[in-house]
Amino acid sequence: MKKDKSAKKHLMTGNEAIGEGAVRAGCDFYAGYPITPQNELTAFMSYRMRQKGRVFLQSESELSAINMVFGASVAGKRAMTSSSSPGISLKQEGISYLAACRLPAVIVNVMRGGPGLGNIAPSQGDYFQATKGGGHGDYHMIVLAPGYVEEAMSLTMASFDLSDKYRVPAMILTDGMLGQMMEPVEISKYKVKTSGFVKKPWALTGAKARPAQSIKSLFLKPGALEDLNISLQKVYAEIRSKETRYEAYYCDGAKFIVVAYGSVSRVAKAAVKSLRAKGRRVGLLRPITLWPFPEQVIKRLAKKAKVFFAVEMSAGQMVEDVRLAVEGRSEVHFLGRMGGGIPSQNEIEQEIARLHR
Amino acid sequence: MFFKKRFESMASAKIFKRPKSLTDVPTHYCAGCGHGIVHRIIAEVVDELDIRERIIAVAPVGCAVLAYDYWNFDTTESAHGRCLAVATAIKRIMPDNIVFTYQGDGDLAAIGTAETIHAANRGENLTVVFVNNGVYAMTGGQMAPTTLIGQKTATTQNGRNAACDGNPLKVLEMLAVLDGVTYLERVSVESPQSVIKAKRAIKKAFDNQLAGRGFSMIEVLSMCPTYTGRSVEASLRWIKERMSKDYPLGVYKDRI
Repeated sequence: MKKDKSAKKHLMTGNEAIGEGAVRAGCDFYAGYPITPQNELTAFMSYRMRQKGRVFLQSESELSAINMVFGASVAGKRAMTSSSSPGISLKQEGISYLAACRLPAVIVNVMRGGPGLGNIAPSQGDYFQATKGGGHGDYHMIVLAPGYVEEAMSLTMASFDLSDKYRVPAMILTDGMLGQMMEPVEISKYKVKTSGFVKKPWALTGAKARPAQSIKSLFLKPGALEDLNISLQKVYAEIRSKETRYEAYYCDGAKFIVVAYGSVSRVAKAAVKSLRAKGRRVGLLRPITLWPFPEQVIKRLAKKAKVFFAVEMSAGQMVEDVRLAVEGRSEVHFLGRMGGGIPSQNEIEQEIARLHR
Repeated sequence: MFFKKRFESMASAKIFKRPKSLTDVPTHYCAGCGHGIVHRIIAEVVDELDIRERIIAVAPVGCAVLAYDYWNFDTTESAHGRCLAVATAIKRIMPDNIVFTYQGDGDLAAIGTAETIHAANRGENLTVVFVNNGVYAMTGGQMAPTTLIGQKTATTQNGRNAACDGNPLKVLEMLAVLDGVTYLERVSVESPQSVIKAKRAIKKAFDNQLAGRGFSMIEVLSMCPTYTGRSVEASLRWIKERMSKDYPLGVYKDRI
């Protein structure tokens, strides 16, 4: 049989998959600053972007990188930056400005252990920062959390489209484990984007054949800033109603639902699979969008499920959103490891067995 | 015949008018502030070079944050200190546009020092207009990196003291050693003669960008009567007699 060349798989790290996804999504501009465990992404972009005749810049700081992305977005171009936890903290002011100026951009956070300089092991300690604001003011980012290397590529592509569509910055929230591990990716499935881009009449390209325009986030006239905030909240409400993504694994009729995202969701999935084989009515809900959080799905599942069990590589951050969605209808429990620890399948199974007698 | 001749000479004469690149609105600047003069110089230069439709300006955080209300070309705000990161990206991605930043001393020489040095060192093909008035004016007159020794501000109430407050930062002297830098000149706007010189320098900085010559910065010593606690007239004198002694006017680098 003739081998289908187009279905060829490439072995890639999550970091490289994000980079290739960005290139295929038509990313015009990338700026980054070295920090582990996302360095492969910056290195990948350094040659791939210039190979494509696009702009790559190694900036003097994370502050500069996010503000370069601001500039590229002001010009109406697709722009991305990436970093890891401490570096993402430095970008928060810039992200708040992007949100206020209604500028699309993609920010990648390959999380590591914190707080402080922490370590370079995988962690999910930046969930609050990503989904609850992080920077100053009332704003949100669209936050996408891949569970697989191939999904890292597809979600990166989607993040550019979503960010352009709503004029809201988007974040790929992943961690050092997914960033650095390799999996096969069928790259050819993801066509290079050459059309269908959103038109950006608001972009600054020079006041030619139109009046001069400006991009700003300072609104001193009484009421003007409240008006901006009201319009932002309307956009966020629309995103909440239309853009929630999740994976439900054995959730129908489940009495016990594990909720986990990103790397640790894979460990949780193995635990759920093993317990199902033993006849336990256990399911896994994997939020793919962390903001908007799949709260309606959880609300619906809470009609049947007696227990929700959040598993995270943090002290318990996403579990708060699970609790809010459940609204006291079911029990909510939590298992977490911090500072680079990863819950094992055994740990998860034992805890489920203890909670779900 | 006489009248016709006279009419022709009138038609060709230069008549003082508002540049096309300035909007017809009152500014929020205090009496005697230099920003209005520098805004106008830039607008005149942009008109003369016929680049209004290609301009993307980057405004700072500081008194000039509202510059987009006064300039009749595309302008973006930038976070405090990050003008040159924003400008770098705009110029890199749209090299045919003419991109300049307009920054104060706090923005360019304190919080944004890293962006300033690295954009200059990369030799970005940009024009920087650096307005040095020696104080943080928008926030109420605190010590700036460029505040002179002995100068009283809200945060140096007995005058700036080098032992406690550090020394005035000389940006052009510092940037002159960088290989990426093309053109550096310090000017002032304290008299009609100095305004003419300032305009010449700013025009050259835009010319450099048009010719793809790289990084140009013009530092403009400018008046802030409100927060230096002087009359408008005394402020002009202070720049001439005091400020330009510590910050000597002239060309610091011209690679062309």
